[in-house]
Amino acid sequence: MAKRIDIGSLSAYYGKFKAIEDISMTVEPKSVTAFIGPSGCGKSTFLRTLNRMHEVAAGAHVEGKVMLDDEDLYAPGVDPVAVRRTVGMVFQRPNPFPTMSIYDNVAAGLKLNGRYKKSELDAVVEKSLKGANLWNEVKDRLNRPGSGLSGGQQQRLCIARAIAVEPQVLLMDEPCSALDPISTIAIEDLIGELKKKYTIVIVTHNMQQAARVSDRTAFFNLAAVGQPGKLIEIDDTERIFSNPSVQATEDYVSGRFG
Amino acid sequence: MSTTTDTPVAPPPAPSESTSTGRVGDKVFSGLSRGAGILLLVIMAAIAVFLTVRAINAISENEGNFFTTFEWNANATPPSFGIAVLVFGTIVSSVIAMVIAVPVAVGIALFITHYAPRKLSGPIAYVIDLLAAVPSIVYGLWGALFLVPHLTGFYSWLNDYFGWTGFLEYQGGAPRSLMTVGILLAVMILPIITNVSREVFAQAPKMQEEAALALGATRWEVIRMAVIPFGRSGVISASMLGLGRALGETMAVATVLSPSAVLSAKILDPGGGTFAQNIASAFKEAGSFGRDALIASGLVLFVITLIVNGAARLIIARRKEYSGANA
Repeated sequence: MAKRIDIGSLSAYYGKFKAIEDISMTVEPKSVTAFIGPSGCGKSTFLRTLNRMHEVAAGAHVEGKVMLDDEDLYAPGVDPVAVRRTVGMVFQRPNPFPTMSIYDNVAAGLKLNGRYKKSELDAVVEKSLKGANLWNEVKDRLNRPGSGLSGGQQQRLCIARAIAVEPQVLLMDEPCSALDPISTIAIEDLIGELKKKYTIVIVTHNMQQAARVSDRTAFFNLAAVGQPGKLIEIDDTERIFSNPSVQATEDYVSGRFG
Repeated sequence: MSTTTDTPVAPPPAPSESTSTGRVGDKVFSGLSRGAGILLLVIMAAIAVFLTVRAINAISENEGNFFTTFEWNANATPPSFGIAVLVFGTIVSSVIAMVIAVPVAVGIALFITHYAPRKLSGPIAYVIDLLAAVPSIVYGLWGALFLVPHLTGFYSWLNDYFGWTGFLEYQGGAPRSLMTVGILLAVMILPIITNVSREVFAQAPKMQEEAALALGATRWEVIRMAVIPFGRSGVISASMLGLGRALGETMAVATVLSPSAVLSAKILDPGGGTFAQNIASAFKEAGSFGRDALIASGLVLFVITLIVNGAARLIIARRKEYSGANA
């Protein structure tokens, strides 16, 4: 189910502004890769190039390659809609559909993909909510609106919605930055379980979180405001936080700047 | 909170005074705004009392049944008039207008906000705004001089293929009918429904649109999952604004329709009438009693509008907890 992502000299633009420049890396399947770096270094932009969400913004475009196993996501003729069905995404702020019930939120992605029998949908909804550690909290109110849940529960609902379509990769853009510490722990535990099945990429501002949840960590930085962000290094998380090979990484993870 | 921290020794002010700090400007403005509010209520009450008194006066002298009589002979002795034809004509023409205008308006609004390139959406919105600025008598003239002669062919076609339904039968002749009125009203209410819907759709939260996109939704699916549900109550409100205008439209209808005291389901054939059109047509020849009778009919139109608005509010309130407002 999980796939390897190979990124080859990728640059992303907003109009004429180059947001990230010449990034190459490999993301291993069934592992958690964390992106860290100061604000504005392009780590969220980079994340959004991995499921072609970047190009949704007006004037945004990408140069380079993103290989999902042996399929280039940016090859001509590839439908970005199809890409997003295989590469799921969880956002910074929980964004369940406010007009839908908890059940319909989880089933939303499936209903896009085709017709399912009620019993099939029921099974997927239960499995996804269990997978997101939310089932026990909501099983008695599946028909209540999703917006009635707490922030942490809403975020887990969004994760359930994302994994319901069984993606190859799960991208998480600061999934805990709008949550309290207890909800954060719940999400982090969940990430630890999800990596058994999915390739997970997580952007985070919280370095302890990167150290806790990830197997590999990539550090991004930019030379100055207005300059494109670059990948400084990517390595095993343990090494990045104890003995990184670049001085800037050490300065950043030890809190000397950023 | 801020008032108590500014003056910690003073006791908390009474709720009605909480916006006033006691300065002259505040007092003048609060007096002005309160006066305006009270004045509005007084005017509304005065209008309601005036209409009701005159209406009761007219209805008590009516020889016919006010609700079931077809003819409007308020100046005859004894007077006999009823609103059956007017209720039917008003509702039918407005419903036709809504059926045509709402889907088109929602389509235009979605096109402007989610499909059109930025260079195109501005001019389109501007042209729609222009439509709203055309006086209704101009619409009436356009309807009578252009729409009426050009619709005969379309109505004959409808008659050929859908005449068997009964209500789309067409005998030929100038189609100064409820259907024509409905089409004209649709054009007239299009801008207001479009503009309000457009503003609501433009405010659909980006967060939810991205959520749908990330699930692999196409542009239309994004609109269906995140934009239309968010804008539904706004579209209903917009439609009600448009319906209000359609129900009350006077000059355009009076110019196009050839009124008659006939209640017929054949909406392509000339005849029928609406409240506002009847008032405009009958007002000049009406004596003081005839005017009272017209006021009575106006009161009914007022009540219909109230019912329609109430129904719309109920629809909106029923789905409140699912609305985008508590996202």
